[in-house]
Amino acid sequence: MQEKLEGLLEHFQESGGNIISLLQDTQDAFGYVPQEAVYWFADKLDIPPSRFYGISTFYAQFHLKPRGKYIITTCCGTACHVRGAESLVNAARRELKLTEGEDTTEDRKFTVEKLACLGTCSMAPVVVINKKMLGKMTADKMTKELKALKKDDKN
Amino acid sequence: MGPGGIASGGGEVLAAFETALKESKVSAEFRDRCSTHKVGCLGLCSKDVLVDVFTNGNKATYEYVKPDMVDRIVQEHIVGGTPVGEWLTKEDYEKFYSKQVKVVLSDCGVVDPESLESYLSMGGYSATRKALTTMKPEDVAEEIKKSGLRGRGGAGFPTGVKWETCRKVPADQKYIICNADEGDPGAFMDRAVLEGNPHAVVEGMIVGAYAIGADKGYVYIRAEYPLAVERLTQAIKDARSRNFLGKNILGTGFDFDIKLKLGAGAFVCGEETALIASIEGQRGMPRPKPPFPVFSGLWGKPTVINNVETLANIPYIINRGADWFASYGTEKSKGTKVFALTGKSRNTGLIEVPMGITLREIIYEIGGGIENDRAFKAVQTGGPSGGCIPASQMDINVDYESLAKVGSIVGSGGMIVLDEDSCMVNIARYFLAFTQAESCGKCVPCRIGTKRLLEILDRITTGQGKDEDLDLLESLGKDIKAASLCGLGMTAPNPVLSTLQYFREEYEAHIRDKKCPAKVCKDLLTYSILEDVCTGCGVCRRACPSGAISGEKKKPHKLDSTLCIKCGACFEVCKFKSVHRE
Repeated sequence: MQEKLEGLLEHFQESGGNIISLLQDTQDAFGYVPQEAVYWFADKLDIPPSRFYGISTFYAQFHLKPRGKYIITTCCGTACHVRGAESLVNAARRELKLTEGEDTTEDRKFTVEKLACLGTCSMAPVVVINKKMLGKMTADKMTKELKALKKDDKN
Repeated sequence: MGPGGIASGGGEVLAAFETALKESKVSAEFRDRCSTHKVGCLGLCSKDVLVDVFTNGNKATYEYVKPDMVDRIVQEHIVGGTPVGEWLTKEDYEKFYSKQVKVVLSDCGVVDPESLESYLSMGGYSATRKALTTMKPEDVAEEIKKSGLRGRGGAGFPTGVKWETCRKVPADQKYIICNADEGDPGAFMDRAVLEGNPHAVVEGMIVGAYAIGADKGYVYIRAEYPLAVERLTQAIKDARSRNFLGKNILGTGFDFDIKLKLGAGAFVCGEETALIASIEGQRGMPRPKPPFPVFSGLWGKPTVINNVETLANIPYIINRGADWFASYGTEKSKGTKVFALTGKSRNTGLIEVPMGITLREIIYEIGGGIENDRAFKAVQTGGPSGGCIPASQMDINVDYESLAKVGSIVGSGGMIVLDEDSCMVNIARYFLAFTQAESCGKCVPCRIGTKRLLEILDRITTGQGKDEDLDLLESLGKDIKAASLCGLGMTAPNPVLSTLQYFREEYEAHIRDKKCPAKVCKDLLTYSILEDVCTGCGVCRRACPSGAISGEKKKPHKLDSTLCIKCGACFEVCKFKSVHRE
C-alpha cells in the first residue's frame, strides 16, 4: 500500500491536481477510498482529514467501503424508473440475500448499486454488470444473470 | 454507435461486418470501395442496432441488426446489389425523421467522431478559421446575439449577451467552461453530441474563447460517460496537433487550450457556481449570485459557462450566419432544440426539432404514439427541475415561455412520455427523492424543505396521507421555490406542484381511498391468485421470498396476504397472468 500511496502523491504533486483528482486516483488504485490512505495523505500534505472526508462524502462517485468483485449497477433514471428499475434492484437484492442497509454480500463477491442515469434511456431499464451494459432487463433476467455469475465464480 | 447501440451489441455487429467483408471473395475487387466506420448516435435508439449501407450513392438503413444477419446483408446487398428488403427500416423510420430539423445533430451519425480528417472533410474548423481571421471578437459576440441562441442547459439565458458582458469586463485572465455535467435523469443529449461530434464542441469553445478573450478553457464532464471522455480527449489532442488549439492558433496570435475535468457525481455541480467550486477542488456547493461568474468566476476571474449543446450550435451559426439560425423557432426562442424522447412512446431516441413545434407533433408524429396502445397521460419535461404536462395541454408550443406557462421548463431536454400505467404521485416522489438526495445542504429551504416534501409524499404513497397534506405540499413547495439559494432548490418543487395542479384526483385517491389508480405504489396494492386461471406450475411459489404462496403441483395455488410483502415477484414471473394485482 505504501508504495502505491507514494506513487499517487508524486503524481498529484507533479500534475498540480486537487483533492478531487487525488481521491479519484486513489479509488482507481484500491477500488475504494481506504481510511488509512486519507490519513496518510492528510499528514503528508498538511490538509486536515476532514476536508478529504467532506469531499469524499459529497460526491457520489467515492466509496468508503470495499466493494464486491462483481458490481451490479441498476440505472434508476426516469425512463428506467417508469419501466420498473426498482423491481430489478429488489430482484438482485433478493437473489443475493442482502439485508437492509448492506449493498455488498458478506463474501465481498457482489455489490448492488443504483445510479441516477446512464443516458441509455431507450434501452430502459438498464443494468450494468461489471461494465457490461444490459438493456431491456426484467427481474427474471436479472436473477438468471446473477445465478450465472455465481456459477462462473465457483469454477 | 452511441451508448444504446453499444448496449444492443453494436461492437459485435461492426466486427461481424469487418470479417464478412474480408471473407467475401468478391470483396477483393471492391476493396477500395468498402469501408466500415463507426459513427455517433443515429437517433432512433429503440431500433438499435441501426446500420446505414451506402452503395453507389444510395443509402439503405437496416434496423435491429444482429451479428448473424450480417453475412446475408453483405452477400445480397453489398456484393449482389439487392438490399435485404425485409430487414430494412419501415415507414415509421421515415416519419421519425420527417418532422425533425437537424442542426446540432446534423453531422452526428455521419462524421466519424474519432477522426479529425473526417470532421475536416465535412468543413470542420471552417468556423474557427472564419471567426479568428475575418471577425473581431465583438463581431462574434454580436453575431451570436443576433442569432437569438439561448442557453440549452435549461435556464435559457441569451448566449451572445453572456459573451458580450464577459468580453467587456477588464481582467488579465478569463476562462470559458463547457458544462458537460449532464445529470438530469432521463436526458442524454449532451452525451450524444460529445460522442457523436466532439470537434463541434471544441470548435464552439474556441470561438467563444476568442469572443470573450479567454486563453484557457475547461470541460467539466461526468465520469459516468467514459466514451464521451475518451472521444473528447482524442478530439482535443487532434485539434492541438493541427494548431486549432495551443499557441498562436492558425497564425492569428490567439492562444487557447482546453483541459478536461472529470465530475465526481453530484447533480448540483450542473449549477454554475457549484461547478466552479468543483473545478477548484472543493465540495460543489453553490454560492449566492451576484456576483455572476461573468464578473467573478473560476478563481475569481471572469468566466463564461456554456452547455454542450449551446457550444455545438456555434460553428453552424458562424458558418451559415445568424439570420439562417434565427429563421427557425419562435419570436423569443430561436433555432432548434435536441430532446431525449423516452418513456412509453413507441419510438424513443434523440430528436432535434425547431423551437415552437407542438408537443402533439413530437409525441404522436415523431414518437409514433404510445406503445402497446395504452392511453397517453402526460409528458415530463425538464427532469427534476421540470413538471408534468397533461394530455389536455398537448397543443402548446415547445419553447421556453410556453412550457414555463404550464408549470414546466424546457430544461436540458429530457422528455419522458408517461401512460396510464404511470402513477403521478410516484413520479413526483421519484424526482423529490432525487433532488433531496442531491441537495448540497448549504441553504435551509432546500435542505430541510425537500426533506419534508419527500416525507409527505412518502406518507401519501404508503397510504398514510391526510387531507391537509395537499395544501401543505403546495405552500411548502412555493416557499422552497422562493427562498432557495440556487436553481436546484428553486425548481425542486416543480414536479410536485405540476402534478398537484393537473392530477390532484390521483393524490386524493391515494389519501382517501388508499388506492393507487395506476397500480404502482406498492403499499397500496394487494395480490391474489386467480384460481380459475392458475395452472399450478409453481413458478410463483418458488419466486416468493416470504413463503406466502402455497399449493400442490398442477393445482391452483393460494396466496396468504398476511405473509405477503408485496414485492411483486409472483406477478412478474407468472406467464399465465393468474396473479391479480389491485
